[in-house]
Amino acid sequence: METFLQFLFSGLTVGAVYAIVALGFTIIYNASDVINFAQGEFVMLGGMCTVFFSLWGLPLPVAAVAAVIVTSLIGVALNKLAIEPARGANVVTLIIITIGASIFLRGLAQVVFDKQFHRLPSFSGDAPIDVLGATLTPQSLWVMGGAAVIVVLLWYFFTRTTFGKSILATSHNRLAARLVGINVELVLLASFALSAATGALAGILVTPITLTSFDAGTMLALKGFAAAILGGMGNPLGAVVGGLLVGIAEAMGAGYLSSEYKDAVAFVIILAVLFVLPSGLFGRRGTERV
Amino acid sequence: MSLITFLKGTAAMAAVIALSAGWAAGEAAAQIKIGSVLSITGPASFLGDPAEKTLRMYVERLNEAGGVNGEPLELVIYDSEGDANKARTLATRLIEDDEIVAMVGGSTTGTTMAMSPLFEDAEIPFISLAGGIVIIDPVNPYVFKTPHTDRMACEKIYEDMQARGLSKVGLISGTGGFGKSMRGQCLDVADDYGIEVVADETYGPRDTDMTPQLTNIRNAADLQAVLNPGFGQGPAIVTKNFAQLGIDVPLYQSHGVASKSFIELAGAAAEGVRLPASALLVAEQLEEDDPQKQVVVDYKTAFEAEWNRPVSTFGGHAYDGLMILVEALRAAGNSDPEELRDTIEQTSGFMGTAGEVNMSPDDHMGLDLTAFRMLEIRDGDWTIVQ
Repeated sequence: METFLQFLFSGLTVGAVYAIVALGFTIIYNASDVINFAQGEFVMLGGMCTVFFSLWGLPLPVAAVAAVIVTSLIGVALNKLAIEPARGANVVTLIIITIGASIFLRGLAQVVFDKQFHRLPSFSGDAPIDVLGATLTPQSLWVMGGAAVIVVLLWYFFTRTTFGKSILATSHNRLAARLVGINVELVLLASFALSAATGALAGILVTPITLTSFDAGTMLALKGFAAAILGGMGNPLGAVVGGLLVGIAEAMGAGYLSSEYKDAVAFVIILAVLFVLPSGLFGRRGTERV
Repeated sequence: MSLITFLKGTAAMAAVIALSAGWAAGEAAAQIKIGSVLSITGPASFLGDPAEKTLRMYVERLNEAGGVNGEPLELVIYDSEGDANKARTLATRLIEDDEIVAMVGGSTTGTTMAMSPLFEDAEIPFISLAGGIVIIDPVNPYVFKTPHTDRMACEKIYEDMQARGLSKVGLISGTGGFGKSMRGQCLDVADDYGIEVVADETYGPRDTDMTPQLTNIRNAADLQAVLNPGFGQGPAIVTKNFAQLGIDVPLYQSHGVASKSFIELAGAAAEGVRLPASALLVAEQLEEDDPQKQVVVDYKTAFEAEWNRPVSTFGGHAYDGLMILVEALRAAGNSDPEELRDTIEQTSGFMGTAGEVNMSPDDHMGLDLTAFRMLEIRDGDWTIVQ
């Protein structure tokens, strides 16, 4: 029982991060139909910027806020400089552009920062918390709590604010949204900024546990993508559930089966979902437009 | 650009080329050419970069002091980027075009193994800077190496466990090249030290959470110690997870994490962790009468003064390789590759940064367990376990 609980905690912590990354995918996908493979780099930038801002003498909370702002600006720049000029190109082209952007950002981080691993201090100490014989670090609570807060804020933003609703409207029908006076360019810009900001937050929360480096984003993007596919691309609830499920499946796989296949779990999930349930757990049924 | 400037430029360039060619031709006659293929960039740059800096610095120093046997050394360094195929091509170039008399290089076991048959065929001595035991076992007559092997690291750790009365060990190894190889060696020599491996878990090179594996290890019956072969960020995360789970047995790391960045990354969780490491890491802490102290302190001071960055054991391996070669050049009195090979094989009592080297026809490394020091992390710094 203790063992199971320990695996569960481990899975929930990692899964919460995947969930935030999957949410980032969802936000941009909803607004533009683009799957942004630079999503993992936002997570990396959040962590790395915070590390370096605090090395340059900023107190941790200030460094974290600055990192979120910088990452959002990079998200905006990505949209302005790479996605917008290619507007009208088909979705596959846009996706390839985001892969290029992710490689570029990784290279940039390597030059601007360095190639070493870095850590942040835990926000509230390292003393493990004992829960029914299993242990949890305070930082895990921060990660899970942070993910919950992000989910609630996003839910509020998308369902209770006009601007959030206009993003949803754009995702449903861009032409109609434009006709009712929604500034579609602004919506796209906002979705990239928002997605980058949530990614950066995930990076900041998780760096004290997992450490970070210029190439930490690649794996996270893949896992987050698996989570988004599992939950159903475009569904925020699906992203969260998918993230947690992938995390738990990984931890259980590593614990009960063999850790050799830990990373394979996520990819097996992608394949299985694509074969058996192409629209994911909560996805819209795919409709073919004629 | 006007025609005149263009012509002027061309003429100047031609003059430079002519001059440099003449200079090179004039010098080449009386030089000892040493080659080196290192992983200066790429994933193994942390190995090749300090090695390159070390070789350049010491060759310059030797030449300022009048060279070896009255002849200056010429160093030809190529960057393999950690790629075994590229290393092989570059080694061919060293042998055929540059006509070197000996090679000090090969940052990784992979690149070394790709290059060693070439040196055997060309009958040119090759001193490798990589760790794998396969480089010298079985012995290739022309291939030598300076770093200790991972097998020795296992033996050193087991020796320390024996001394503390620990025999039931849980293994958690990285699946990268280093972790995989060391795991194999540690399983292999366990019996010799009466060690019983009660759990054997692994983690991927990019894993960020090892609590499930460590939970399984914690559940193993009569666990007395945990050993983590691996390098990179993995061992730091293992150390943090280990502390989180509150496993109250000693944790041993490998020489793969013997750098300050490990302590920084693992933070408070690193307290009490033990690992075998080269004396270079604790140069200042060595006893005054330690025969190795002079060598490691000198190298450390020189490297840090020249490059303004902390010394690394991997640079130390390059120092050892170069100095073994220089001693052999001096002893042989000439730079005939065949004679050099024989003299390198007879190296004895050479004190390097990795320890005392005593080579023989069956042992092309010549180090013993005393080359390693057992360290414990206390108050965020290394201390030597007596």
